Amino acid sequence: MNIYSQISANKTKTWLIVGLFILFITTIVFVYGKASGYGLSYAGIGLIISGIMCFASYYYSDKMILGMSNAKQIKKSDNPQLFRIVENLCIGAGIPMPKIYIIEDSAPNAFATGRDPKHSIVCVTTGILEKLNKAELEGVIAHELSHVQNYDIRLMSIVVILVGLVALLADFFMRSLWYGGRRDREKDNVQGVFLAIGIALAILSPIIATLIQLAVSRKREFLADASGALLTRYPEGLASALEKIAKDKEPLEVANNATAHLYIANPFKGKIDGSWFANLFNTHPPIEERIKILRSM
Amino acid sequence: MSPSLIIIIAVIIIVLFVWFTYNSLATGKVRIKEALSGIDVQLKRRVDLVPNLVNTVKGYSKHEKELLENVTKARASLMNAKGTVEKAKSDNMLSSALKSLIAISESYPDLKASKNFLELQEELSDIEAKIAYARQFYNSNVQNYNSTLAAFPGSLIGSMFAYKPEEFFAAKESEKEPVKVKF
Repeated sequence: MNIYSQISANKTKTWLIVGLFILFITTIVFVYGKASGYGLSYAGIGLIISGIMCFASYYYSDKMILGMSNAKQIKKSDNPQLFRIVENLCIGAGIPMPKIYIIEDSAPNAFATGRDPKHSIVCVTTGILEKLNKAELEGVIAHELSHVQNYDIRLMSIVVILVGLVALLADFFMRSLWYGGRRDREKDNVQGVFLAIGIALAILSPIIATLIQLAVSRKREFLADASGALLTRYPEGLASALEKIAKDKEPLEVANNATAHLYIANPFKGKIDGSWFANLFNTHPPIEERIKILRSM
Repeated sequence: MSPSLIIIIAVIIIVLFVWFTYNSLATGKVRIKEALSGIDVQLKRRVDLVPNLVNTVKGYSKHEKELLENVTKARASLMNAKGTVEKAKSDNMLSSALKSLIAISESYPDLKASKNFLELQEELSDIEAKIAYARQFYNSNVQNYNSTLAAFPGSLIGSMFAYKPEEFFAAKESEKEPVKVKF
């Protein structure tokens, strides 16, 4: 599979995921509408409101992420060496030059975000610039640019927003129960059943949606490692960079649950205990496995 | 199903097949062209840098006339080069000429220390790295296109519409061979 078929497969997958989420969300809205007793039109209004909120957050997601992470944009004169690395790799990948942001934090980490290659952002911490040598930094930047080139940044933005939409709807529903829905005595039994399903869905659906998001995110990391290595033609650079990042025990302070999956390695530095259940909730595949795969290339 | 329906479906499938394969070949060709213009941008940057470099070296070293002429000649041949193979060849010529030009700075301490020369040298090595990446991108596009063209059904459709394999932008011979040291 070459890089172009990867990109088109990724685009197809994006639509598939969006389609599945729409189906999922319609089901939820139907159940919520029946259960709250307000009827489907009220649930529809809830859907429209949260849809608009999500659409807005799609366009402003990069700014929100950068704001949350305290990142500052830099010019070429601020760090010509970093700019040269990014320029060269962009030429190699055939994508336009992204904007470059810096986070003032000594924990080594990096991420890419944006909607498409024309509106992309690569962000690195000052720690990663200090701790890695040129070949390792090239490996990391190539990994991030692969996320840009593969349209992972769009896929992940959309997935994150759909997960947010599911959570918002669950929240709306639970609130409407607080204020007490309209009761219709004759239909009480049917409504009771939907109420039970609705509450179960409201509790479970955000968790299910998050699990889907994490599974997608873990898969993308392996692909970005591979295509990043193809770009630099030097897998060892990224492998030893990941090794250094794994050894560094300092957590990244500006990272939170909403942004953790974006980074090249888990910014919390939590322990990975390896059980399948714990693995379901990991934002990243085990770093040792990634290094092993890179070294075997 | 009636036989005519089966025939219609078969024809539709074949048409779609031809259509998609033709499109992938055509986009492949466009991408190669784009990638080549990416190389051209960097080659032009290098061509523009050479006169500056030659003048700087001239100011410090009077006895390297032949070397400077070589560089100027290689630059001229790169400017006039047409087609991928010729461009790659004259680019390699310019690279080796520039390499020996940079090497003589060792025997001219004033030149080696000059700020102007250091800046030019840095820019030159940056351009060279960018040429290497642009070449890599071009070659990966050529490889995609050529392998589509070599395998079925690309081979069939390609010969129907007279698509030919594209040339790689060859790496410098000196990059492949170990460095020879002469005394």
